[in-house]
Amino acid sequence: MYIIIGGGGDIGYYLTKTLLNQGHEVLLLEKDATRYQALSEELGEAVVRGDACEARVMEDAGAKRADVVIAVTGEDDDNLVICQMAKRRFNVNRTIARLNNPKHEKIFQKLGIDITVSPTKAILSLIEAEIPTTRFVPLMKLRRAGLDFVELRIPAESPTIGKTLREINLPRNSNLALIVRNNQPIIPNADTMIQEDDEIFALVSPEGEDAIRKAFGALG
Amino acid sequence: MKIVILGCGRVGATLANMMDRAGHQVSVIDYSSEAFQRLDPDFKGETILGNGVDEDILIRAGIKEADAFAAVTNGDNRNIMASQIAKEIFHVKKVVCRIYDPIRERTYHELGLETFCPTTIGAQMLAEVLLSEPTAAKAARQDEKQ
Repeated sequence: MYIIIGGGGDIGYYLTKTLLNQGHEVLLLEKDATRYQALSEELGEAVVRGDACEARVMEDAGAKRADVVIAVTGEDDDNLVICQMAKRRFNVNRTIARLNNPKHEKIFQKLGIDITVSPTKAILSLIEAEIPTTRFVPLMKLRRAGLDFVELRIPAESPTIGKTLREINLPRNSNLALIVRNNQPIIPNADTMIQEDDEIFALVSPEGEDAIRKAFGALG
Repeated sequence: MKIVILGCGRVGATLANMMDRAGHQVSVIDYSSEAFQRLDPDFKGETILGNGVDEDILIRAGIKEADAFAAVTNGDNRNIMASQIAKEIFHVKKVVCRIYDPIRERTYHELGLETFCPTTIGAQMLAEVLLSEPTAAKAARQDEKQ
């Protein structure tokens, strides 16, 4: 694959190195002269000095034949413009943007950016996953399906303990994919009985999230 | 009219003063408080300190009730993103976006944003002046005729 990366900060640098090691053709664009110098000593021709927001720079970088453009500068507005220009001017199929402000996810999606990655949000969900009192952890967004993949831990006070899935009122458009009990995976069916401390992995629509939390008594 | 202006530089401040004097309800956003010194001492509008691509700041500036939004910071990308937020998220009826880079301006114009490129307009005006007959020469020739 030919991948163009905009922004040679730490993320851009390590991304370039990793993707090169994986055998991809990678071009990193960095606009700052001093930073470019430092990067080029290590990355050689894989880094070019230029602003990825500039159409001419992207043209020279061969944006027309790029499979993916990834924007990882520290500014969300720059990342947005890099991705939009790549899509509209150069018909790049997939664009990926780093989000510095996790709240920008909605606008980026609305404006046609294919994938957004928010380090802030990733760290937040890691913290949530690591804190035992949190019983509801959004793991992943399946954008095309309009579903969230979530994890729930069944608390001792949950009204569902001892009930089978048939007896529990699950919200529409949700599906229990997996139960992990004592480190053993269980593929649930209608007769599976819920126990305390079960870890439940479910697919749920964003509207159904509250209902599923309530159903399992996992309000944390 | 309720107008939100992003960027209180020379253009933003002049625009804000003009609109305020014309009796409109104006809010100006800038991330530097010093920028607001460019406003008239009797400016009656609101000043909001903050980042104009942050939805919370835009809401504080009254974007939800705004009839018009102008993005005139010195950053093209900031203007582009803020204008798109105003248009797509808050559905502001009239949105104008200043973009210095002509190529970027054309792209976003094609995308349906109302854009304004001082580079192209300025260069065109200068070209017209340069190619027109110098005023001094014109005056001299008129003297000859008389």
